[in-house]
This record gives sequence, C-alpha cells and structure tokens, in this order.
Amino acid sequence: MSKIKGAIVVNTDRCKGCGLCIAACPKQAIAMADKKVNVSGYPYVEPSIQADACTGCKSCAIVCPDGCITVYRKKVEE
Amino acid sequence: MNEDIISPENLVYEKPKLMNDTPMHYCAGCSHGVVHKLVAEVIEEMGMEEKTVGVCPVGCAVFAYRYLDIDWQEAAHGRAPAVATAIKRLWPDRLVFTYQGDGDLACIGTCETIHALNRGENIPIIFINNAIYGMTGGQMAPTTLIGQKTATCPYGRDSKIHGYPLKITELAAQLDGTCYVTRQSVETVAAIRQTKKAIRKAFEASMHGKGSSLVEVVSTCNSGWKMSPVKANEWLEEHMLEFYHKGDLKDTTGL
Repeated sequence: MSKIKGAIVVNTDRCKGCGLCIAACPKQAIAMADKKVNVSGYPYVEPSIQADACTGCKSCAIVCPDGCITVYRKKVEE
Repeated sequence: MNEDIISPENLVYEKPKLMNDTPMHYCAGCSHGVVHKLVAEVIEEMGMEEKTVGVCPVGCAVFAYRYLDIDWQEAAHGRAPAVATAIKRLWPDRLVFTYQGDGDLACIGTCETIHALNRGENIPIIFINNAIYGMTGGQMAPTTLIGQKTATCPYGRDSKIHGYPLKITELAAQLDGTCYVTRQSVETVAAIRQTKKAIRKAFEASMHGKGSSLVEVVSTCNSGWKMSPVKANEWLEEHMLEFYHKGDLKDTTGL
C-alpha cells in the first residue's frame, strides 16, 4: 500500500519561534528546539521526534508569518 | 528516509519567490507576515511581478517595501488611497494596490479611503484590522473593541468616553463605487486560504476595471494585546470575530 510521507525544512535563521506552526500541525511533527537560539537571538522550531508522522499537509508553512518552512511530499510504497 | 523526500521534485510549498530574504521587522507571530505572503503568492499567480505597484502606509507595515520585490511607493499617513489613485490613473495597465493598517486607514485616512472607494478607483485596498495601534506601542484605535484594554484605555474602551468601534467595511459596502467588499481573517489555515481567494478576486476586479475593492483582514497584534501568538489567535476567534463578522458584504464583480 502506498502512503504519503512529508518532510519539512525550517530556515532557522529566519524563524522567530512564534509557535503558530506547532499549534497548526495536526501530527505534532514540529517542535521548539530545546534551549537553542538563532543568529538573531530568537528561539526557533525544528522537526520534532515525531517528524516521521509528517504528511506534508503544508499547514505549518501556510500559517508561518515569516515563510520559514519549506514542505516536501512524496508517495512511498510500503 | 527524509533525505529521499527532501528533493526538488517533491517540493509542495516554499516561501514565495517575490518575498526576499530580508528578515522582517514584525514581532514573532504577527499577521502582517501572513498577508505579505498571500499578496506575493497572488501577484505571482497572476504573473504581474513586473507590473505591480504597491502603496505602503504609515504604521507597522511602513517597511513593506523591503520585503516584496515589486515596485512600491510610500505614502504619507493615511494618504495611500489618494497616492494609489494618481498612480492608477497615470498607469492604468498596472496593478496598483494599497496595504494599510487600521490606524492608517480607519483613523487618519478615513477621508481618503472613503472618497477613493466612492469614486470607484480601480484599486484594491488591503486593510489589516488588529484593533490597536501596533507600531506606537498599543494605543486605542478607532477599531478597538468595547471593553478591550490598551495603553490609552487601561480600564477597557468605554463607549461613553471613547465612542464605538468603527466598522469601515460596512461603510464601504454602502458606497456605489465599490465592487467587492469583504472581511476575512488569518488565524487558521482555512481562513488564510479564504483570504488568499479574496485578495485574488480584489486584484482581478481592479485589472478588469470593475471599481474599487476593500479586503479587510481581521488580524492579531500579540505584542499590543500582550498575549502569546497562539493565545492571540484564540482571542481573535472569541472576541474580534464576534464583533467583526466575516464574509463578503458586497460582490458585484461577476468574477
């Protein structure tokens, strides 16, 4: 059976850590990076430990005010 | 696994190409960024990258010209519709739009806005309504809700002292010059998609010479409201949308 798998890439230098993507993600596949800040001094998000659950639904990228998230999606055979 | 997925042929979403890499000065979680992205996406979809002139307001979006790689003109406080009128009349084949906040459009620029809309100038106006003066530190705006606390009404807005919130969009819907008047919001993915459609329709209507259009976007100002971005979105759904009802108030575009 084929399954849709997604993956995200976060532009961490642009991210301001507002957390809107975390609230928008239906799979908890994105989370705040633990005790880390970027070049501007903001905390930032990164794919979480549940990142495998990502379906590439784009919700995180659509709500991101700074356009930090790039989304990829692929059909994989199981 | 992820390395297989992350390749150009699987790309489904990225930052619009019109939006450049300059870091935005907006606070974390500000709705302005979302609307900037939508404007960039709509211009790209219409193929108007080289033929668009935006008019910036005074307020938080004063630096909008830094972030989108189109032509921009900065207007004096509230005068963006007047400037856009001139540009559009001189250059009718260009897509000329204004991007204004509530302090700019609903307060100092009420006259310019109402008259530009009433004349039926072929300009779409994007109106970001976050019920507060964000740039200057969260003072009361004409659109502040009754009971809402701001820096200049710390006990909440009282209609006996401060009057009532101004519903510009309802006013605009009464004018004969307008062809499309709508109120949208950007707090959820579904709402953002709706807003994008509304912006697209307003831009198309202006290029078809149907008249002026007003797209109000009910937005958050989490810094001014003193909330987290996620909490601000919840507050918007609970309070703002209760007073500012979403939907198309007028649509005679036929598009």
